[in-house]
Amino acid sequence: MTVFHDTWDYLTTGANWRGDGKMLDLLLQQLLLSVTALALALLVGLPIALWLGHLGRGGFLAINVSNIGRAVPTFALLALFVTADPWPWLPYFPGTAEFGPYGRAGLATMMALALFALPPIITNSYVAVREVPADVKQAADGMGMTGWQKFVRVELPLSLPLVMSGIRLALVQVWATATIAALVAGPGLGRVITDGFFRTNYGKGIAGAVVVALVALLLEIVAALVQRALDPLPRESSRKRRRGMSEGGPSVSDDAEALGD
Amino acid sequence: MTLLVEAAAAAGPSCYSRLTNEWICGQYLTDRRDELVHATVQHVEITVASVLLGIAIAFPLALLARRLPRLESTVLGLSTGIYTIPSLALFPLLVPFTGLSAETVVIGLALYALTILVRAILEGLRAVPDDVRESAVGLGYGAGRLLLKVELPLALPVIMAGLRVATVSTVALTTVGSLVAYGGLGNLIKDGVQTNFRAELLAACVLCVVLAVVLDILIVLTQRFLTPWTRGAQV
Repeated sequence: MTVFHDTWDYLTTGANWRGDGKMLDLLLQQLLLSVTALALALLVGLPIALWLGHLGRGGFLAINVSNIGRAVPTFALLALFVTADPWPWLPYFPGTAEFGPYGRAGLATMMALALFALPPIITNSYVAVREVPADVKQAADGMGMTGWQKFVRVELPLSLPLVMSGIRLALVQVWATATIAALVAGPGLGRVITDGFFRTNYGKGIAGAVVVALVALLLEIVAALVQRALDPLPRESSRKRRRGMSEGGPSVSDDAEALGD
Repeated sequence: MTLLVEAAAAAGPSCYSRLTNEWICGQYLTDRRDELVHATVQHVEITVASVLLGIAIAFPLALLARRLPRLESTVLGLSTGIYTIPSLALFPLLVPFTGLSAETVVIGLALYALTILVRAILEGLRAVPDDVRESAVGLGYGAGRLLLKVELPLALPVIMAGLRVATVSTVALTTVGSLVAYGGLGNLIKDGVQTNFRAELLAACVLCVVLAVVLDILIVLTQRFLTPWTRGAQV
C-alpha cells in the first residue's frame, strides 16, 4: 500500500514537524485551543450543573441542553461564526480575525468548541450530583450540615468520579472536533488533513489523522491518570472504573451503583 | 425575526444579492428550492443509510459480545477507539478505498453510529431482569425465541434511547461529509462559507437542526408505538 508508505514517510520527515505552520506548531495550537475551550465550558457549565444537581431541580433543562447541543452541528456553528460580521463590542468575535496564538478565526473556533463541550459537562455533572444516594444526603442533614457544607463535603467528593468522566469525554471530543476548524481555514491540525486531501496527497492527510488520533488517546490516558490521582475515594473495583472510561450517559448507572456500595 | 423577513421582502427580489447579503431571505428559499430540497433529501438518505448500516453491524456484534464475555471489553474498547478518530480524518482515511462517493460518508458515519448502538444494545439486554429470563426459559423458550420475544422487547427502551443519540449525532456529523462533496446540507454550509452567502448558510444550518429534531420525534413516536407498556411509567 503506497498510501501507508507515504504516510510513514511524511511522519518520519523532520521538516514536516518543525517550523512555522508545520505539524508541531499546529499541534500545540490545537492543544491550546482545545484546553482553552474546555476551560471556558467548565467555567460556565460546571457551576450551573453542580448547583442544579445540588438543588435536585432543573433536570429537564440539564438533559435537554445536551440533546439540543447534539443536534446543532459544530461545523454549522463555526460556519455561522466565521461568516458573521465582527461585533463592535467584541472585536475578535465572530469572524475570521487573527486571535493571538490561536490563529485565524481563533476566537470563533474557540467559542464553537466551548459550546460543543457544554452538553457532556452539564449533563454528567448534573446527574453526578443528583445521583448521590438520598440516605447519604439525609445523613448529612442529620449531622446538622448546612446546604453548602453538604455540597462541599458530601456531594462533591462522591460525585467527583462521574464529573471527571464527563470532563474527560469532553476533552477528547473537543480535541477531535477541533480539526473541523480546517473547513473554514481555521487553526489546528485539521489543516494537515484537508491539505493532504485536497491536493490528493493522501499520505499527508492520513498522517494528520494519525497524529490527531494518537494525541486523542494520549489525552485520554493522561486525563485518566489525573482522575485517578484526584479521586478522593480510591475504589477497589477496577472493572467498573474501566467501564466508565469516556462514556456518555450509559456509565451513569454503573457509577451510581458503585457510589451506593 | 419577522421584522427581518419583512425588511427582506421589501427590499425586492435581491435580498440575497452580493450587496445586501441578508441572513434571512424568503426569496432565496423560493428561488433555490430545488437545491435545498435536493440537499435535504441527500442528507436524509445518508443519515438513514448510515444508521441502518450501523444497526445491521451493531446487532450481531452486541450479541457476540454478550455470548463471549472476553470479547466484550475488546468490542467496547474498539468502539471507544473509533470515537477518538475525528470525523474530518475518517473520511479522508476511507477515500483511498471507496473514492469520492456517498459510500465513503455512509461507512464513516455508520462506524460512529455503531459505537453508540453496540453500547446501547448491550446495556439494554443486560438490563433485562434475570427472573424474567428464567421464567421464559422455564416456559420452554429457546435461545432465539427468548431473544426475539422476551429480551428484545424489554431492552427496547434503552436501545431506542441509543438510537436517538446515534441518529441525532449522525445528522450533525453528515455535514462534515461536505469534505467529499456528499454532505447533504453540509455542502450548502460549506458553499455558504466559501462564497460568503449568508442566506444559504443560515437556511442550511436551520434545516439541519430541524431535520435532527424531526427524526428524533419520529423515533420517539415509533418507540411509543412499539412499547405501549412504558407509556404510563415513563414520561
